[in-house]
Amino acid sequence: MVLSLLTGVVYPLLVTGVAQLLFPSQANGTLVYENGKPVASALIGQPFDAPRYFWGRPSATSRVPYNAAASSGSNLAPTNPTLLKFVRVRIETLRVADPGNKAPIPVDLVTASGSGLDPHISPAAAEYQVGRVAKARGMGENAVRQLIVERTERRTLGLLGEDRVNVVQLNLDLDRASR
Amino acid sequence: MNALAIVQIVLYLAVLVALVKPLGWYMARVYEGKPFGLDWALGWLERLIYRAGGIDPAREMSWKTYTLAMLAFNLLGLLAVYGLQRVQHLLPLNPQGLLAVPPDLAFNTAVSFASNTNWQSYGGETTLSYLTQMLGLTVQNFLSAATGMAVLVALVRGFVRRSSQTVGNFWYDLTRSTIYILLPLSLVGALLLVSQGVVQTFREYQTVTLIEPTHDAGGAVVTDQTIALGPAASQVIIKQLGTNGGGFFNVNSSHPLENPTPLSNFLELLAILLIPAALCYTFGKMVGDTRQGWAVLAAMLVVFLPLAAFCYWSEQAGNPALADLGIDQEAGDRQPGGNMEGKEVRFGIAQSALWASATTAAANGSVNSMHDSYTPLGGLVPMWLMQLGEVIFGGVGSGLYGMLVFAVIAVFVAGLMVGRTPEYLGKKIEAFEMKMAALVILIPPLVVLGGTAVAVAGDWGTASITNPGPHGFSQVLYAFSSAGNNNGSAFGGLGANTVFYNISLGLAMLAARYWLAIPVLAMAGSLARKKATPASAGTLPTHTPLFVVVLVGVVILVGALTFVPALALGPIVEHLLLAG
Repeated sequence: MVLSLLTGVVYPLLVTGVAQLLFPSQANGTLVYENGKPVASALIGQPFDAPRYFWGRPSATSRVPYNAAASSGSNLAPTNPTLLKFVRVRIETLRVADPGNKAPIPVDLVTASGSGLDPHISPAAAEYQVGRVAKARGMGENAVRQLIVERTERRTLGLLGEDRVNVVQLNLDLDRASR
Repeated sequence: MNALAIVQIVLYLAVLVALVKPLGWYMARVYEGKPFGLDWALGWLERLIYRAGGIDPAREMSWKTYTLAMLAFNLLGLLAVYGLQRVQHLLPLNPQGLLAVPPDLAFNTAVSFASNTNWQSYGGETTLSYLTQMLGLTVQNFLSAATGMAVLVALVRGFVRRSSQTVGNFWYDLTRSTIYILLPLSLVGALLLVSQGVVQTFREYQTVTLIEPTHDAGGAVVTDQTIALGPAASQVIIKQLGTNGGGFFNVNSSHPLENPTPLSNFLELLAILLIPAALCYTFGKMVGDTRQGWAVLAAMLVVFLPLAAFCYWSEQAGNPALADLGIDQEAGDRQPGGNMEGKEVRFGIAQSALWASATTAAANGSVNSMHDSYTPLGGLVPMWLMQLGEVIFGGVGSGLYGMLVFAVIAVFVAGLMVGRTPEYLGKKIEAFEMKMAALVILIPPLVVLGGTAVAVAGDWGTASITNPGPHGFSQVLYAFSSAGNNNGSAFGGLGANTVFYNISLGLAMLAARYWLAIPVLAMAGSLARKKATPASAGTLPTHTPLFVVVLVGVVILVGALTFVPALALGPIVEHLLLAG
């Protein structure tokens, strides 16, 4: 009983207290504010399908993509015909939105993430979309590339994980630059 | 193979092995009751717990009393978690107004956490209130882990003691495991995770305005996103350290608020194998010959490393079905490539495959990518690692006691080959020990294969399958492999939240946990009663590379012979279909 109180009440409260004191932003979801209003968590992706925005990973959450109250992956097997069908549709959508672009599509842009909330795409997947976004916004491609570089997070210590681009932050930057 | 991937795998194992000795030494001091520093700072807390429980920590228990205490304590925990879920809608700390959990699901979740399996039939953010998560799940995360460690320590005492009727005091082992080992590590770890962005709050779910409005499945415009929050970090760290694995959120450690960066991933990954690996050293220290511990650890690494590398290779090769669609699956500086369905960009292939291998080698079961979407051979690795009986690292405590049982079988087999009486660590291995060991290695396959057979025999089981063909069979086989070895990971597509699966997997978890712990404790009692046999020229030394080979051979033989036919029906057929 004492052990239950210790591990179930004292311990989480202690961690919460210290965490709120030392890392108030991270402990509450790393929120991003625009004009005092929360517009995003820097760690949670959002759905985008307009040509003027960079698109993130396909999301398999229920009811609505990037449903951050009910995280979920697709759990489709590599041999499942449904997976193949989804990937074909995603390829088609990308091609239609950017008819001139004949480059091969980076695989992370047409496969659903594990959480359905992945805020990142690979630098290659960002580069693939530069032409479309620049055209839709009437910006120079190099100006768009510069913003990508600023929102590219590197491997930890040059080793762990992967280089990646934060789509939510990048799109917020684009909107700020266009204003 | 990509050079950076190899470096990541090697770096991980190097850091792990470097921590084995200091932590293992510390834990040995904790269990032997020798001073270690923290007892000086927290001794008052330990004494307070004994006084509140009316416990005399110095009172020695026979193996039977020890077992009864363990079972009674676990039953109490199980009932508490079940009760909490059934009445969570009446209790505080439920800002989302979540309803009571239905009985079959509540039973499954209660067994799941008491037995250190942490199979997730529940949905985290959509099913359980903050109070249930804390007072139910977080508590069991600690106590089921401490239970496993206690049973291991009792077995080790069986080897150490001579002509003794007792194996220690369960309450003493349980309390000290919790407050001197699990709590301090969790406190530090939880704060490190928060610094990376893991949430730790009691606020209600946060709503933000979407940058670009979207449409829901019905075509209605959606302008907001509701982000699930909660006291996650404090639970995430102990689910990793205690080889529990039950996630705070539905998608476990692939959720960006549960595992936000490659660094948090590395820490969580390290926490999976840390205690199971370090306990090998603790065991060596306690039996007075650390070489014995290193030999067991070496055997674990010999099995683990090639399987992890094979899993990585298979995932990085990508999905052949997507090969001619104009997609780039090649790994490079600017993209992870490979089979990215169900994986997160920040982890890429290497950190995902390494995690999948570590979480199933240990009886952890947390995931940072969706195993259901793995390539057939990539998914075979985690499934087979579980089927080996969760002894390659395994659960905290339970993995090592399982491996020591295999060591007993290995010396028995070696003894038969040369015609000598088998001994392990100075104790004669006789008929009673072998009977108990046979129970330990036979029960999990029986549960796994029997359960799978019943499930695929009719609609009650097959209706939940969501992927066609041999992969559908793999989903069911994976579920019972996971429950029948107290792992807890899943091929998540399987719709396991049905009455049939909640009950059958619940029973599988109970059998796999307690039907193994009881024979192990019985063996501990029997070993403790024996006199020490001095080593002679005929004794097989159990700290040599030769013994490591024999031990690995026994583990692989038992695992392979039992499960190859079933694996052939699932992942192997699927691979041939995909490749051909």
